[in-house]
Amino acid sequence: MAMIEFKNVSKWYGSFQVLKDCTTQVEKGEVIVVCGPSGSGKSTLIKCVNGLEPFQSGSLIVNGQSVGDKATNLPQLRAKIGMVFQNFELFPHMNVTANLNLAQVKVLGRGVEEATAKSHALLRRVGLIDHAQKFPGQLSGGQQQRVSIARALAMDPIAMLFDEPTSALDPEMINEVLDVMVELAQEGMTMMCVTHEMGFARKVAHRVIFMDRGEIVEDATKNDFFGTPRSERAQQFLSKILHH
Amino acid sequence: MFSAFDFDVIQRALPYLWQGMTTTLWLTLLAMVGGIVLGTLLALMRLSSIKIISVPAGIYVNLLRATPLILVIFWFYFLVPIAVKHISGDSYAQGIGPFYSALIAFTLFEAAYYCEIIRAGIQSVPAGQVNAGYALGLTYQQTTRLVVLPQAFRNMVPILLTQGIILFQDTSLVYVVGLTDFMGAASKVAQRDGRLVEMYLFAALIYFILCFLASYVVRRLQLRITPPR
Repeated sequence: MAMIEFKNVSKWYGSFQVLKDCTTQVEKGEVIVVCGPSGSGKSTLIKCVNGLEPFQSGSLIVNGQSVGDKATNLPQLRAKIGMVFQNFELFPHMNVTANLNLAQVKVLGRGVEEATAKSHALLRRVGLIDHAQKFPGQLSGGQQQRVSIARALAMDPIAMLFDEPTSALDPEMINEVLDVMVELAQEGMTMMCVTHEMGFARKVAHRVIFMDRGEIVEDATKNDFFGTPRSERAQQFLSKILHH
Repeated sequence: MFSAFDFDVIQRALPYLWQGMTTTLWLTLLAMVGGIVLGTLLALMRLSSIKIISVPAGIYVNLLRATPLILVIFWFYFLVPIAVKHISGDSYAQGIGPFYSALIAFTLFEAAYYCEIIRAGIQSVPAGQVNAGYALGLTYQQTTRLVVLPQAFRNMVPILLTQGIILFQDTSLVYVVGLTDFMGAASKVAQRDGRLVEMYLFAALIYFILCFLASYVVRRLQLRITPPR
């Protein structure tokens, strides 16, 4: 069974439909890149996975649990799904270690020592152990985003969601974040990434989903997508973002 | 020109005035703490998406904010003894005295104002922070307690303290229920000794100095805690 399975998921804001009959699935260990013009529903789509965005019709099964079902314990499900946001969303009133420890202690019930050991190991991995005691406001955007990836990994997630993780970064900081993501992908993490970084997609994605106006227009393997995108809209989009 | 005045009256009355000031300070401090605790609760209720929780809180806040403070002080002074008699069934039961009735009145009144300040503070925390809390598996209560409120309060400290300064001034209204706060003490000495000008000048000066100093501290604090984001 797929780890994440969308079936005809639709969502409206009032009368405006932001997701139209979206159907796709993500297998364990798969890396999916979701792209498309702004306002096409990409972020909304991945925020449905951990229930940050409710949807009105269709079904979405994550790790065997139905996200839209009222009986589903959402906090419990979310604890297993890591998420990285465009604006990092580190907690500004806590230092880096405390940011990583918080949910480990409060949600997983780890002791502070165990949590701190885990946090420091992850900070070492993303190259930020020297900043363990700093506050988010003292770090650069790229450093903050790496901390936020480490914060998500501290929960030992079964899958990771990335919502435009490099869009708010200065160009020279994009690669340090992408490097961490590539490494994660190569280790076999299940990932769903909303991003315009086509280099990243080429390197590690298994499949690319192209969205436009709330619809999944194209859902193809990486080679098919970059080689012979079938839809005209995907072709236009690709030519716009690749040819300069 | 000051020959007609006798400023020594102030010195003679100092111990009594200090007693009044302790009443003022206790009333301010306790009503502030009570008001902030109750106000936080009301703010969370008002922000609830559940109507039976948010509507009563909204009615309470709007009712209190549309009522003169002096009226609330009166109400509690005269109503609480009646309520106590009614509940205890003892027709000889005493009230709780002017201090506690004033404290309850100020707490309930200030809570309405603190509620609105805190509500704005909570709403000033970006929605992304709440999402980040949820995404990590924190519950609504945990996200509110660990992520939202600490940031909201940090942003709000100056406004909360400013409201505290207003409360400090407003406590002078307790003279209507015969409670001797600083203002009440000054007033009593003034009338006993026939030294109205001296005592009221002195009272004004003390209120001014304390409020001015407090405002200054708040301004300094405000500069320091402008959060790095």
